[in-house]
Amino acid sequence: MSANNCRAVKVISNKPLGLSSPGEEIVELKLEYPDWKPGWRAGQFVMIRPVSWPLDLIWGRPFSICNADETGLTILFQVVGRGTARLLELKEGDEVNIWGPLGNFFSKPQNRPVLMLAGGMGLAPFCGYVDTHPQPENLKLFFAHRPPLENYPYKGLAGKVDVEDIRETKPEDIPAIIARVEELVKEYADNDGLIVACGPHPFLKTIWNAANKYGADAELSLENRMACGVGACLGCVCKDGDDHHTQVCTTGPIFKANNLSLED
Amino acid sequence: MDVSVDFAGLKLKNPILTASGTFGFGLEFKRYGDLESLGGIVVKGLSLKPREGNPMPRIAETPCGMLNAIGIQNPGVEEFINKKLPKLPWKTLPVLANLYATDAEEFGELAGVLAGEEGVAALEVNVSCPNVKEGGIAFGQDPKQITKVAEAVKKNAGNKPVIIKLSPNVTDITVCAKAAEDGGADALSLINTLSGMAVDIERRTPRLANVIGGLSGPAVKPVALRCVYQAVNAVKIPVMGLGGISSAEDVAEFLLVGATAVQIGTANFISPDTAFKIAEELPKVLERVKAESIDEFIGSLKV
Ligand SMILES: Cc1cc2nc3c(=O)[nH]c(=O)nc-3n(C[C@H](O)[C@H](O)[C@H](O)COP(=O)(O)OP(=O)(O)OC[C@H]3O[C@@H](n4cnc5c(N)ncnc54)[C@H](O)[C@@H]3O)c2cc1C
Ligand SMILES: Cc1cc2nc3c(=O)[nH]c(=O)nc-3n(C[C@H](O)[C@H](O)[C@H](O)COP(=O)(O)O)c2cc1C
Ligand code: FES
Repeated sequence: MSANNCRAVKVISNKPLGLSSPGEEIVELKLEYPDWKPGWRAGQFVMIRPVSWPLDLIWGRPFSICNADETGLTILFQVVGRGTARLLELKEGDEVNIWGPLGNFFSKPQNRPVLMLAGGMGLAPFCGYVDTHPQPENLKLFFAHRPPLENYPYKGLAGKVDVEDIRETKPEDIPAIIARVEELVKEYADNDGLIVACGPHPFLKTIWNAANKYGADAELSLENRMACGVGACLGCVCKDGDDHHTQVCTTGPIFKANNLSLED
Repeated sequence: MDVSVDFAGLKLKNPILTASGTFGFGLEFKRYGDLESLGGIVVKGLSLKPREGNPMPRIAETPCGMLNAIGIQNPGVEEFINKKLPKLPWKTLPVLANLYATDAEEFGELAGVLAGEEGVAALEVNVSCPNVKEGGIAFGQDPKQITKVAEAVKKNAGNKPVIIKLSPNVTDITVCAKAAEDGGADALSLINTLSGMAVDIERRTPRLANVIGGLSGPAVKPVALRCVYQAVNAVKIPVMGLGGISSAEDVAEFLLVGATAVQIGTANFISPDTAFKIAEELPKVLERVKAESIDEFIGSLKV
């Protein structure tokens, strides 16, 4: 029998962070470590489907690996719909089917400045990225968010790398975020840095445009809807640099900006 | 219990196959189970030339099911033969090709390309895809066209069994089943997806870029079971049943109404080891319901 990388693990803890108000929770879910061999890399994701889910929810849900070691696997999720609302109900000891680690991962170049651009829940993969990077002194994080900072596991990152954040409280704040992102992308392009980015589609599109404009070396993590997570259903595709449909779950979720088309 | 079956001349170690479009080219599932523990796999729909498929979004989750409008994205038959097939253990695992084309001649041509491929055990002909503008469902709804396609494929298929995959989106499934049999099909498989739609009330838009898509998953099982039951009683050729199967008990239902084999589709997304688990469970379920043998059990429904 080949290895089965789909297994049930137990919930260790599941709690909203900071002052998340009902309906807007940002939740830290800690699961037993699924004993992955040979391990995982920052930027990869897992598909999660609690064993208790009835068949009215068919698909698992994809989440970035926030961090993982022998003590557990941490996921950070925001309640946005039917599935995440039910994930919030998980209690310690409940069983969750997970398959992974899935997809590709962010590069970790030596002796090069790296800019992490995170939008909202796009912060999740960077927790693991920072912890596994051999030269954290080369890293800078720019974080754009709507809920208050306390609702994210941000403090820990602030102690380890150079950080900057900007909060969006109203639509008028968006142009300032776009302007700062563009500025940073240009700066890192000029200094032969690497940009790694994760966040909602409009945020990534801004980065994609800027990266192509300034010729920046940028890796963007996409968050398309997924059914299988393993490359089989073709439901999650995006367009690559040659305008061909390709699976985000297996070719990605991370794409080089110059090998991706985010045109609508 | 020995659950091996003979399906249109194919020797299957068990009646559990995986459905086209839900199992990729098989290789995607190697990390989740032993491919050779399955009765067989049906690969993603193949066309003569590569196809990009439909724009995004292409999938939506619905109660106990999903809608898809992938639009037969595939790398084309040559790429399948050269790059995918050699990586599959086809000597011990029956690999069925699923064919998509827009007219009978093209179906015939595609069958001709696959006829000589040693690694392909049988041809499953999709006359029923609801997600493509050309051909697609109109085909599967016209009995004359079904006969014509079956004839064209059969003529070029060499010694490979030809399975016609039928659409449930018709008034009388038995007419289509007979039309396929008349065209010389060796077997049938049914059902393909049911035509459906989902709407986002916040955005006031359809959830699929294609507006309409194909419904599959547990929600469609009663329709599938009914179609298989009616088709089995209308033709002499064997029938492969699929639609909403997510457990070994579901498989037993399809066998009871007369399916000789089944396919697991959308349930592969519940978790990637679903089909392997069902194959493992089936003998136990048949023993539990006191089947003497799988051959005795198939079609033994008391009505
Ligand atoms: C590789 C990858 C990594 C991800 N990592 C994280 C993470 O670390 N933390 C996190 O909170 N989320 C992450 N996501 C997004 C997460 O998968 C979705 O938020 C989740 O699936 C929504 O499930 P739901 O059932 O609550 O939403 P549904 O009820 O299915 O939908 C609710 C609403 O959310 C929208 N929506 C659903 N899924 C997505 C999606 N994938 N992208 C954009 N909009 C969507 C729908 O259009 C709808 O408006 C990731 C997605 C991917 C593909
Ligand atoms: C994402 C997806 C892609 C599919 N692609 C194909 C295809 O290429 N060819 C085909 O004949 N059927 C295709 N189907 C239909 C399935 O093979 C099957 O007939 C249908 O989903 C019903 O079975 P199920 O309810 O078990 O999924 C597809 C179904 C899904 C969900
Ligand atoms: S989610 Fe199925 S192919 Fe990517």
